[in-house]
Amino acid sequence: MLNRILRSPTVWISLIVVLAASTLPLYVSGYILGLLTIAYFFGVFSMAWDLLFGFANEVNFGPTFLIGLGAYTAGILDNLYQPPIFVCVAAGVFAAVTGGVVLALPALRVRGPYFGLTTLVAVLMLQNFVVVAAGLTGGEIGLTVPDVISIDDKVNYWISLGFMSVSGAILYGLSRSPVGLILQASGQDPVQAGALGFNVTKHKLAAFVVSAFFSGLAGALMVFYLGAASVGTFVDVTVGVQVIVGAVLGGRRTILGAALGATFLIVMGESLRPLGDLATFIVSAIALVVVLVFPGGLLGMVKGAREAA
Amino acid sequence: MSAADVHLEVEGLYKRFGGLTAVKDVSFSIRGGEILGLIGPNGSGKSTVMKSILGVERPTAGSVRVNGVEVAGWPPHRIARLGVGMVFQHSRPLHRQTVLENIVLGLLPDRLLDFFPDAAVETRARAIAERVGLGAALDRRPSTLPFADLRRMEIAKAIARNPKVVLVDEPFAGLTARETAAFARLIVEMRDDGRAVLVVDHNVKSVSALVDRIYAMYVGERIAEGSVQEVMQNETVRRVYLGGALETAARPESAFRDLQTPFLEVRDLNVFYGKAQALENVSIHVHQGEFVSIVGLNGAGKTTLFNAISGLAPYSGEIRRQGRSLRGKSAASIAREGIVQSPEGRELFTEMTVRENLEMGGGRQEEKDRRERLGWLFDLFPILKARANQTAGTLSGGEQQMLTIARALMMNPDLLILDEPTLGLAPVILEQISKALERLRRTTPITVLLGEQNVTFALPHADRVYVLEHARIVWEGAPSRFASDIGERYL
Repeated sequence: MLNRILRSPTVWISLIVVLAASTLPLYVSGYILGLLTIAYFFGVFSMAWDLLFGFANEVNFGPTFLIGLGAYTAGILDNLYQPPIFVCVAAGVFAAVTGGVVLALPALRVRGPYFGLTTLVAVLMLQNFVVVAAGLTGGEIGLTVPDVISIDDKVNYWISLGFMSVSGAILYGLSRSPVGLILQASGQDPVQAGALGFNVTKHKLAAFVVSAFFSGLAGALMVFYLGAASVGTFVDVTVGVQVIVGAVLGGRRTILGAALGATFLIVMGESLRPLGDLATFIVSAIALVVVLVFPGGLLGMVKGAREAA
Repeated sequence: MSAADVHLEVEGLYKRFGGLTAVKDVSFSIRGGEILGLIGPNGSGKSTVMKSILGVERPTAGSVRVNGVEVAGWPPHRIARLGVGMVFQHSRPLHRQTVLENIVLGLLPDRLLDFFPDAAVETRARAIAERVGLGAALDRRPSTLPFADLRRMEIAKAIARNPKVVLVDEPFAGLTARETAAFARLIVEMRDDGRAVLVVDHNVKSVSALVDRIYAMYVGERIAEGSVQEVMQNETVRRVYLGGALETAARPESAFRDLQTPFLEVRDLNVFYGKAQALENVSIHVHQGEFVSIVGLNGAGKTTLFNAISGLAPYSGEIRRQGRSLRGKSAASIAREGIVQSPEGRELFTEMTVRENLEMGGGRQEEKDRRERLGWLFDLFPILKARANQTAGTLSGGEQQMLTIARALMMNPDLLILDEPTLGLAPVILEQISKALERLRRTTPITVLLGEQNVTFALPHADRVYVLEHARIVWEGAPSRFASDIGERYL
């Protein structure tokens, strides 16, 4: 096992990239650090999503349902009672996982596109709840969170990078482990997976729980970086679309590619911001071209080039 | 035979889908070290029986016992863990993983907290791979394997958990004669290991050398049971597979006028799909007004032959219509000039109504001709008239088949090619299509080329029959000689 990890070029390259990224605070501006901090949180969102889409073969159109539950639970708790931050974060994770199970249990019974539609409806419901229960959630104006983890750009950057790296390592390791193999088989051919003795629903539900765990955790941590929560940053369907596009752009079924794709998407969107609405158009067009020309996504592109060489 | 020897016992099994009874009172048992062949033509319910044993379908009534434990209604994974393995005909292996990892999958426990690979599991997987003859392919990806090796991999996965009962679906479909022999040895090995093996296939012939006993089904019910010999001599089985005493209206070849230059002449046709040869030196001819059937099992090459004639598949050799070569003509112009195919996949416009589908077929005709033709077709297939304003997607399988044929006829073809029109249809529908074909033969000058694996349907509608086997024409003759000459192969 250890041997296989040490021999894998993917692992070594990722390690080098993370080490290089960790030196960035020494020579780039706080503005860029801030941008990357957000991008890394999105990286975790996308990786958590890829576990469901790439491995369990379930399209979750509502990643922001899980993210939003984590973010708002942590934020509201802090706003009301100011317990230690880790308590708020734990509560956010708990809410996301519970919400995920409540959603997935019935949704996994329905086949095909209905699972995706159910998850989409969940997002709309959460969004409505946030707006309606404005007294609790801050409504459309947003929720101010009194505490932040740190006010230092560099510390926040390292926390975010570290968090993404650890999450990536865990999710990647999981996808390569025996349970990851079973999950992939359950996604690809549920009938055969059943005939091989695997409880397909159990494995898919577990994947949903893991995905909810990381989505909720990332959402809660991001609240304490931003010091605020709003529908537009955590719940809105367009945020979910960004998470999904990031994962697909990076390369389905790769986990690490999802982090790459999400980072790319956020950084591109921001650096083209002077172009106004055109920026969104250009980023979408790039994403579309990559997905159409390289269905394997960015990581598939790199791997393809290496295999061709 | 002691009770303990019986590994699988099916008793009084029923399965209904809505109003349709797919399986009716099926009972059999298999001992360890025995191979039972479950045989039946398309739509006979054998797949439903298999799925009911596997737990994919829940039996409506009856019992399925594995080693004496009642499993009817259990979910598939619990039945699998009790000792039922399945060799799938079509599977989707893990394409990013190696063959070894695919076999490892079959050995993994159904636990969520299994994060680290177990060396012992890998050793076992290697041993199993070695046994089924995949020792040299362990590190390859499934997509690079030849089809026969993919089947070996399926066997490896199925026996990984050391099942008491193994189900094998159409073991030899798509395999060459040599691969078939090797694969049969693997199945016999499973028997010799003391497992109970259920082999599911279309006909007796393909599994006769392999099985110890046969259970034959037709439209959901048992029609015969016993040794290969007994089943092959069984009257009902012969009638189901070969038809009863043939009332053939076949016209002798000399009755046709174009003996010198037949309407359609195919000579030395060769078609390759990549490395696989789909047709090998195939030569046939069809006279003007003649009804010719091409009989062959799944994968024999019927559809390929029809596609070559219709200009849809590249070929070497010659295809002539009334003496003129069709080479270089597009599929559209071949169809416009009167060679029209009614495809196996039906390819209807499911969102359009029956009438609209038919009008599409007659798109290039004068309004008056079109209306006349439509009237004639509604007369030929009255059910289509009743359904004229329904969308095609809401029709039953049999009605869709009639619509497909009618749409082809709408184009007023000289030669109508029918590819497997009876696939999966109930006997009562067959009779209606049968009547329509008979009427075409008696009242129109149309020429028909019919591809069928269902011999009972192919023979009565043919003036002449060709048999296509493994890409080659192996027999040609009058339908009346079919049963005595090569009937055995189609039981």
